[in-house]
Amino acid sequence: MTTPAPITTQFDLAEKFPGTVSADARPGYAGWIVAPEKLTEVAIFIRDELGYDLLSSVTGVDYLAEGLMEIVYHVYKTSGGPALVFKAQLPRLDPVKVASLTPVWLGAELQEREIWDLYGIHFENHPDLRRILMWEGFDGHPMRKDWKEAFYDDEVKPFKSRWPEGKHAFAEDRSPFGDNVSFEAGFDPEKWTATDPEEALYATLKKYKTVVKDGIATDHILVNMGPQHPSTHGVFRAVVMLDGENVVSLKPVMGYLHRNHEKIGERNTFLQNMPYTDRLDYFNSMSNNWPYAMAVEKMMGIQVTERAEYIRVIMAELSRIQNHMILIGMLMNDLGAYFTPALYAFEERELILDIFEAASGSRMMCNYHRFGGVVRDVPAEALQKLKDLVFERLPGKIDEFDRLLSENEIFVSRLKGIGYLSPEDAIRTSMTGPMLRASGIPYDIRRADPYSVYDRFDFNVAVRYNGDLYDRYLIRIDEMRESIKILEQALRQMPEGPVMSVKPTYQVKVPAGEAYGRIESPKGELGFYVVSNGKPNPYRYHVRAPSFINLTSLEMTCVNEKIADFVAILGAVDIVLGELDR
Amino acid sequence: MTPNELNSPGYDIPDDMKNVVAITTLDKIYNFGRRSSVWPLMFGLACCAIEMIAAQASRYDLARFGMEVMRPSPRQSDLMLVAGTVTKKMLPAIVRLYNQMPEPKYVIAMGACASGGGPFKEGYNVVAGIDKYLPVDVYIPGCPPTPQALVYGLIKLQEKIDGQSLKQVRWYQKGADSVEVPIPMLGPDLIDPRRIPEIKTKAAELAAAATIPNAE
Ligand code: SF4
Repeated sequence: MTTPAPITTQFDLAEKFPGTVSADARPGYAGWIVAPEKLTEVAIFIRDELGYDLLSSVTGVDYLAEGLMEIVYHVYKTSGGPALVFKAQLPRLDPVKVASLTPVWLGAELQEREIWDLYGIHFENHPDLRRILMWEGFDGHPMRKDWKEAFYDDEVKPFKSRWPEGKHAFAEDRSPFGDNVSFEAGFDPEKWTATDPEEALYATLKKYKTVVKDGIATDHILVNMGPQHPSTHGVFRAVVMLDGENVVSLKPVMGYLHRNHEKIGERNTFLQNMPYTDRLDYFNSMSNNWPYAMAVEKMMGIQVTERAEYIRVIMAELSRIQNHMILIGMLMNDLGAYFTPALYAFEERELILDIFEAASGSRMMCNYHRFGGVVRDVPAEALQKLKDLVFERLPGKIDEFDRLLSENEIFVSRLKGIGYLSPEDAIRTSMTGPMLRASGIPYDIRRADPYSVYDRFDFNVAVRYNGDLYDRYLIRIDEMRESIKILEQALRQMPEGPVMSVKPTYQVKVPAGEAYGRIESPKGELGFYVVSNGKPNPYRYHVRAPSFINLTSLEMTCVNEKIADFVAILGAVDIVLGELDR
Repeated sequence: MTPNELNSPGYDIPDDMKNVVAITTLDKIYNFGRRSSVWPLMFGLACCAIEMIAAQASRYDLARFGMEVMRPSPRQSDLMLVAGTVTKKMLPAIVRLYNQMPEPKYVIAMGACASGGGPFKEGYNVVAGIDKYLPVDVYIPGCPPTPQALVYGLIKLQEKIDGQSLKQVRWYQKGADSVEVPIPMLGPDLIDPRRIPEIKTKAAELAAAATIPNAE
């Protein structure tokens, strides 16, 4: 271990703001509780005086029994080190109100909208407080603990109606409306008139106006791209206002794949959530498991065996290579090089998936991590295949990509100087991962706040300084090369031994408290905020999704670019809808 | 259907013309053409779509079935591969896309989610299976189905096409060309226009039960 331990003594906020800030004294909890009226003031102090410039995650929690709603903020320094956590507790009145922190950290924008949508907490002075995952007009705020879905069975699993005495029955038969819908008593669909849900959305775009240029009246054009559009990588939608070909204003619209991950997650037992994390960023199920396992392990206070740590690193880095290859292939698709580069990428991906399948039993949805290690060891043949791949094949393939594309004239002229994002803006909008590093900020959690065994490897943090699309492409190539370095070292150093540090059980016992686990996923900071109240199910289970938060800067990077470049800019953000909408 | 079957209409071809003339039935040649060039709608909803793309790529190569031409426009497609979780918010768009596809059209529900809600069935924004709205021809189980499973499902669809006859298919019958599915609406919850009276009665019943104290 060569890296010096980060300075962990934290500034005493309670001393600085007596009466306003107090330490969170609940057992298992940490951080500071800030009086809601002074939230902005304290936040500005934390940002400007203490230097926590990166707002990572904003989480709402509903403490129904205590009559409180809590908002948890995790902030980091881009120079590295652990988080500073502060919370605002709001009485559960109607309406629940708090000041928006978007003026302090712009990165709060989408996350606060999500909390408004799911918890009904009103953020005052938020620039655009509309529903984000559900549609405008939906009845209720579904993540509140007292809100029940139509197929509600029991508070938590295992549902008694099914196990141990019960037997399976159709959820449709239980719901009064015979389907996954519920309406208020006395609701009359004939009298209900549809209000245009898009009106509020269009109103947020820069005004549609007619100008007369050289005697010719010209209009701005409103274009809807998605939710079914070949370039939006799934069911993402963007509403774009165009002046000719130039983007004047743009709004991302999401929620078309909102599968209620968090609500289901709070009914599941701790272990049952593991396969659900696979389905977040479905390109990288191997690395999705990790931060969740990490958060729960933190609360349980258990260690992971040496060998399991190495396996986790290996699988995560393989995931990264595979993800970046596909990203580059798909980016080429977006630029019009239809599917040929993507086919190159898929060829390598299949080989990597073979290893995942051998280790975990499934190609895509690996469900491989367990609390305390991984579910089983990598079989010997797969390990051999893996070594061949890492030492023989992949480095050459990455070079091939590099040779094929990096200097291709059309490619370069489509990418250079497009979609510029300045380092200040990148931090302000809470970018993480390649998006941040391509803007010149060398912030990589593997180095900034090392976890697992990453401090044992010799690798560089890839960083590029131009902040344009071309750098966002190059940084992926750099990162793949660094991943190969890590893989080579990990494979050489990997010790023998068990892969689980505790006896595997279905019902893990998690002491009450909170924990936040995060890793540098291929897309950015993937974090899980988990609260336990000592029961077999998480009380709160929140995903800090990089695909989602990295979209905060989308409008910024697209304005004044051409509509065709918007497609490429979106492609280079690297979104996956499962994670974006959760 | 092998080329042999295609070329065996039950008529004798004189020996000297065996390699020059082929006779078949209209149904067979028509179905052969359709089954060998099914164009799917390029349309992925969730995780399953990634396996759909993998099936397109070199290892599994859907081009062998003439199915590699994914069309981004519903007007040019024959097959809607519902690959992923159908959410309430997305449903109106999916139904509209289906309505825009010209006949003949087929629907495949790929994966647990599209078939019945899958792991996310209990979610408040999830539709428990696309078959609540669209007529599904083939269901492919799995979460996600492997590319092999998808290919098997597509072969099943080809078998279904083989069994159809020009005289009976719905798109050559009298009446409207195509069945329009009423587009669901996003109200306080998802409203299926076909079930409006039912919803109204149920909601009224609930209201009545609520006004009588201790009704149970
Ligand atoms: S069936 Fe499974 S893999 Fe397919 S969309 Fe649903 S959750 Fe994803």
